[in-house]
Amino acid sequence: MNYSPAVEAPKTWLAPLLAVPAGVGRAGVVERVRLTVLSAGHAAAGLAALVLALLMTGSFPALLSVTGLLVLWLVVPLAALLAGAHRSVAARLLGEPVVARYADTDGKNPITAMIVWARDPARWRDFAFCWFSGTGGLLMSLVPVVFLVGPLVHVVIGLAHGDWLWFTVAAAMSGPFLLVWWFLTVPMVRARLHTDRAILDHSRGERLRERVAQVVRSRSATVDHNEAELRRIERDLHDGAQARIVAAGMNVGLAEKLVHTDPDTAVALLREAQDTTLSALEDLRTLVRGIHPPILADRGLVSGIEALAIPIPIPVTVALRLPRLAPPVESAAYFAVAECLANVAKHARASRAWVVGDHDGGTLRLTVGDDGRAGADPAGSGLAGVARRLAAFDGTLTVASPAGGGTEVRMEVRCRAI
Amino acid sequence: MPGDLKALVAEDQMLLRVGLTRILEAAGIAVVAAVGTADALDDALARDDLDVAIVDVRLPPTFTTEGLEAVVKARSSRPGLPVVVLSQYVEPLYARELLAAGTGSVGYLLKDRVVDVDGFVAAVRQVAAGGTVLDPEVVAGLLSARPLDRLTDREREVLTLIAEGRSNAAVATRLYVTEKAVDKHINNIFTKLDLPPAPDDNRRVLAVLAWLNAA
Repeated sequence: MNYSPAVEAPKTWLAPLLAVPAGVGRAGVVERVRLTVLSAGHAAAGLAALVLALLMTGSFPALLSVTGLLVLWLVVPLAALLAGAHRSVAARLLGEPVVARYADTDGKNPITAMIVWARDPARWRDFAFCWFSGTGGLLMSLVPVVFLVGPLVHVVIGLAHGDWLWFTVAAAMSGPFLLVWWFLTVPMVRARLHTDRAILDHSRGERLRERVAQVVRSRSATVDHNEAELRRIERDLHDGAQARIVAAGMNVGLAEKLVHTDPDTAVALLREAQDTTLSALEDLRTLVRGIHPPILADRGLVSGIEALAIPIPIPVTVALRLPRLAPPVESAAYFAVAECLANVAKHARASRAWVVGDHDGGTLRLTVGDDGRAGADPAGSGLAGVARRLAAFDGTLTVASPAGGGTEVRMEVRCRAI
Repeated sequence: MPGDLKALVAEDQMLLRVGLTRILEAAGIAVVAAVGTADALDDALARDDLDVAIVDVRLPPTFTTEGLEAVVKARSSRPGLPVVVLSQYVEPLYARELLAAGTGSVGYLLKDRVVDVDGFVAAVRQVAAGGTVLDPEVVAGLLSARPLDRLTDREREVLTLIAEGRSNAAVATRLYVTEKAVDKHINNIFTKLDLPPAPDDNRRVLAVLAWLNAA
């Protein structure tokens, strides 16, 4: 297999805090140890934050003195540095950006800069964060550390001093302590990260504005897309079924006139009318399939995609683990895959292709890939149309078509299972 | 009367172009040109031996209303050129544009009507003879949308039938009244619509026009 069905994020110390491995196992222990180390880091930083918070608070009464100003001038950027580090940690683990927007102080003299700071909500958030990090945050972050390290330390002390009573009590206590550690570590880290984000993320309003702009864009794209679809349907009907039915009617009308005078021609006309009627039905069927494929309604997306793969002239591996999704999403995904597979068949000159997908409870991920020649154009009308269709559901489409060959179209749509 | 009329057929769909040609030729109307695009239609309309043009509203290249525009243009340089416009749906606005010149010789029909071969051929002949034939669909849509308050129900019925291109005799048969009674209704309609005295055919067209324009 030359593809990876599930995208495995590389494990690092700052890997996203997504699904904690269930059950007691190596993965669960590793994950909790990682979070405990992280908490230790948080706690250590909390001590520094406490010092900064005290310095800032202490410098307020001394603001009129040169010392007070000097202390602030040094400490405020340090607080920003510390807050920035926490922002990037929270962003990495929560998988969402946590952004700061400090008021601009470039080229201002220190006194003016400090006036800007005093008016800058972002700076006050840093100040509040330093207090939190040095007090409540410190306590929160100590919980995982204490419950893991505490029993160990006492066992080691007992051993080192040859104090067997100490050792026994510590060893007996370590069980409950580790139990607490097991259950509290993840929620504590999560709570800490959310609190950090709540204090430090200055961009809620900004993000909402961006989101609204994006929604407006995707909505107008959707309207355009629907307009184009309706036009296509009208055109298909006009040129297809409608025209054929009129033609069949004409034949019948003419045959009626000729039935007595020229029966042979009349029969030929009637036969032609019959064929034309069948073509009209075929046109209607094709059209209906293009609007909402019956198989989607009957059997869902997985069967729909399997059916799409059948007429493709190269082997197509379909590996999908999907629940039933809302009909519009299924429909959009179906047509997206249909377009991608059609591209593979038409342009890729591939020897094989695959459709892989899963749904993690909130997001549908689909990948259509092939081992053919690369060079798929995401801006081409086909793929751009797919992207527009998906955008209506907050979906995204990315194309990886490296020069070395092979193409993968990855699609993501946020949706819930039904 | 075989070969008595020379017709132009403009229809982009081969199936229908062939069908129309067949029907017209079977009825003895010579199809002297059968075209499928707006450009070819412009050229064909310039022929001076045409007795009637049968034109699809929607033609390539843009598939919107090229056919309609081509005949309106042709009729501005050659007033009264008989045209029968065919469409898969009827739009009263287009009927009004066709009739605007007030010279008659206009047909505007759903393609469905072609299925009634005799009726269609009769309509083509009527238009070639200077009559006005509107599709019952246009007529029905307009009648329900904009009743003419001043006309009685009977007069409205008569007007509807006139718009569909029927002669006084045909109207009389249809309504089970004498032709004289129809004459009376028609004169009442002309009076109520303030139509100036003129040759009868023209007044009939004007009546239909007035009715199309009625708010």
